[in-house]
Amino acid sequence: MFIYFLCLILFCVGLYCALRRRNIIKIIIGLSIMEYAVNLFFILIGYRWQGRAPIEAADQNILRMVDPIPQALILTSIVIGLSVLALLVGIAIRIFEKFKTFDITKIKKLRG
Amino acid sequence: MINLLPLFPVISLAGAFLIPLIGRNKKGVSDAITFICTLALFGLSIVSLFISKEKSLLVYSIGGWKPPLGICFVLDGLSAFMLVTLNIVSFLIAIYSISYMEKYTDKYKFYSLFMLMVAGMNGVILTGDIFNLFVFLEIASVASYALVAYGTEEEELEAAFKYAVMGTIASSFILLGIGLLYAYTSTLNMADLSGVIVAKGGGLLLPFVTVLFIAGFGIKSALVPFHAWLPDAHPSAPASISAMLSGVLIKILGIYSLSRILFNVFGVNKFTLLVLMVLGAISLLIGVFLAIGQWDFKRLLAYHSISQVGYIVLAIGLGTPLGILAGLFHLFNHSVFKSLLFLNSGAVEYATGTRDLKAMGGLRQRMPITATTSWIASMAISGVPPFNGFWSKLIIIIACVQSGRIGFAIVAVVGSILTLASFMKVQKYAFFGGLNKKFENIKEVPFCMQLSMYLFAIICIFAAVLLIPRISAYFINPAQEALLSGHRYAVMVLGGGKL
Repeated sequence: MFIYFLCLILFCVGLYCALRRRNIIKIIIGLSIMEYAVNLFFILIGYRWQGRAPIEAADQNILRMVDPIPQALILTSIVIGLSVLALLVGIAIRIFEKFKTFDITKIKKLRG
Repeated sequence: MINLLPLFPVISLAGAFLIPLIGRNKKGVSDAITFICTLALFGLSIVSLFISKEKSLLVYSIGGWKPPLGICFVLDGLSAFMLVTLNIVSFLIAIYSISYMEKYTDKYKFYSLFMLMVAGMNGVILTGDIFNLFVFLEIASVASYALVAYGTEEEELEAAFKYAVMGTIASSFILLGIGLLYAYTSTLNMADLSGVIVAKGGGLLLPFVTVLFIAGFGIKSALVPFHAWLPDAHPSAPASISAMLSGVLIKILGIYSLSRILFNVFGVNKFTLLVLMVLGAISLLIGVFLAIGQWDFKRLLAYHSISQVGYIVLAIGLGTPLGILAGLFHLFNHSVFKSLLFLNSGAVEYATGTRDLKAMGGLRQRMPITATTSWIASMAISGVPPFNGFWSKLIIIIACVQSGRIGFAIVAVVGSILTLASFMKVQKYAFFGGLNKKFENIKEVPFCMQLSMYLFAIICIFAAVLLIPRISAYFINPAQEALLSGHRYAVMVLGGGKL
């Protein structure tokens, strides 16, 4: 139970970073921490007590396996997180070219 | 009829992948591929409307793995309704973009991202598996982040970054909710989830996951207090993308997903419905109050989107059959007239180069078609008879009064009056009045843009026909029954459906 709380605290740390940092790169890192926390949560859900890797082997006496579905889900989720990260960093590079700064308090052309 | 369902994402994905391969060098190839794909999707969606009326629920199992083991695509009344809305709007916007996107570079990249976004949205509507919903939602969202940043000017990049950060936070909330649901029920199929929740009861988990989903899908659909990205993302994006975002994306990724999960998977109770109604009412008022003071044409339209989405959520949150009917009809109407308004603002920007209402005036004399269609759309959104907005708003107010929620009905009426006021302002400053000296020589916009605006305006005028009982039995009533059936959705999906 304790370990799930740690994972959710990691999620909140990432959320805090995304909300309160002024540098664009730090905001992107905060978003990545949030995504890692959610992926970690999925893997923790799949764990079974003293389970082994979910691979069939005809010659071994397998007592218990961990759940393979969350592992498949987070593979997809990691790839999605990667593509979003690539897009965000691309936008950040372009923002630096146009605004000459990474500070979000100075990037405020749209108002109202 | 067989294997019709996977064609929706397949055709759009095929278009998205063919366009950069073939359409890179020759002019007009990417336009043609987009036109053919969106026309095919539009035709298929009309066919699916008739099929879903006849067979009431179709299930296509991907790879032959039967649910609840495998991923399935489900076509019921609500899916058919949303498919028709999405594909009509995207077809007409694709026609509009043929001329409008000439002002930007690398048109084939735009079309490729556009088809990816359409593929994502088609997938979200059809899927019957909650993690598959998340994957398609991410496809559509990431494509839309890139499309908002398309012009790569300063405003667009800032708006796109803000949108992307908020959208990613929303997706993380949704994924966390999906993880918690999977831990509780050990299944991802929406029909099976519904069955397990009925059998096991919600416990403490279900309200927590409901809050996570309302936050996540609420950010995607720009409900207040999650609306902060919308007023920045709309003005800077190209007009076709603003129309797609406001017309279909916020509804499908936000309202449709939330409604499907809350009504069919979790089962609504009075508290959830009250939360939806309160959020809807607050969005209504705040959106329209913030809109009146705006002088940027597209920003004003963006705040009105927030307000009209509030109407839809308020109506769906009523939970009564009439309320859901009104909410779904208003969803369709809003897609049509809001897209038309954004396309008009794009036409005005194409011709005059500005979005500032104070700098325009008297454009009616030089751009008659844009002015006429804009007048029709403004009358429709303000709820003036006989246009389509009037009927849906009337039914929303009647439904509120019938369920005894007089306060919400008064809020809806006040919102409607203020909407009328702000659109009178738009019409006066942009189209009526004396012609500004700078704009003596502007011409009407090219043919493709005019055609698209005409067709939207025709739908605005005649959409009230959809309420006639003979026709609504095909279009809106199946959608209403699909939401109202709640947990029976699960029984029908797992019990067979056809295919």
